[in-house]
Amino acid sequence: MKRFLRWFALCLALGATVFWLGAGAHRGWTKNSVAKKTLDEVTGIEGISYEQRFVPGVDFLAVAWALAGGLGAVSLVRRPNSARNPRNNNGIL
Amino acid sequence: MNLKLLNALSLAIATVGLATDALAVPLKFDFKDPKGVNNAVFKLDAPLEAINGSANGIMGTVTFDPANPAATQGKIIVAASSLNVPNSMMKEHLHGDQWMDVTKHKEIVFEAKSLSNVKTSGDNTTADVSGTLTIKGVAKELTVPIKLSYLKDKLAARTNGMLKGDLLVLRANFSIKRSDFGINPKAPQDKVSDNIELTLSIAGSAPH
Repeated sequence: MKRFLRWFALCLALGATVFWLGAGAHRGWTKNSVAKKTLDEVTGIEGISYEQRFVPGVDFLAVAWALAGGLGAVSLVRRPNSARNPRNNNGIL
Repeated sequence: MNLKLLNALSLAIATVGLATDALAVPLKFDFKDPKGVNNAVFKLDAPLEAINGSANGIMGTVTFDPANPAATQGKIIVAASSLNVPNSMMKEHLHGDQWMDVTKHKEIVFEAKSLSNVKTSGDNTTADVSGTLTIKGVAKELTVPIKLSYLKDKLAARTNGMLKGDLLVLRANFSIKRSDFGINPKAPQDKVSDNIELTLSIAGSAPH
């Protein structure tokens, strides 16, 4: 279980980092939409429209790392001896 | 005889032409933009956080006389609900009562009253426009630099020939203080800049 938690935490941290880097390593807040500019050739004005797209920001990375750190910490917590070895509980088993 | 008649006719046409020029009325440009290109961009650049967004719900009318750009007057209105930022939670906050309170204050209005330092070169005019800016119910007098480009007979090119007329492009770049208009006054300035940079790029049409 401990090993699974550690591996899961590591995968989570690495996966989130790779996803963040792959999505452009955006150093601002996470975006749900992205501004798209289109030039009006008659007036020369750049119109702005928004297209729905998820762009992870540093807050996404921070939450993923915090979660991974939490899982890693949980995996380090030692269970009490009685819980780890039921034989010590009553000596019967 | 025919020559005299022709001369008289030419003179009459020229006189009518001059009279029409002398009586030229200012053109009224409507800034409601069916193409949705008109926009106002806002930027708040604080040391810890930058907020960028735009609005495209723009309407209003401007009266512009190509022969006398200094007499330009008008009103530009931005629908507060059209303010947009790329993060949906941030947008919710922006529309909320601490920030723009868009349910109560539906419009951002700039009413141009006079122009000064007017310089015209060809179809382009630069000037300082003085007027009243009303945001969140707070009205402030301010003067901002503006560029006006008069595009005669260009409306057809923008409407695939469906309408004939002129276009007027307005561009302005200026800053206001968030605290002057009661926009989230409690927000710390290291996180949310007090200075709001505004860039307005809009085109109005005057069909004829």
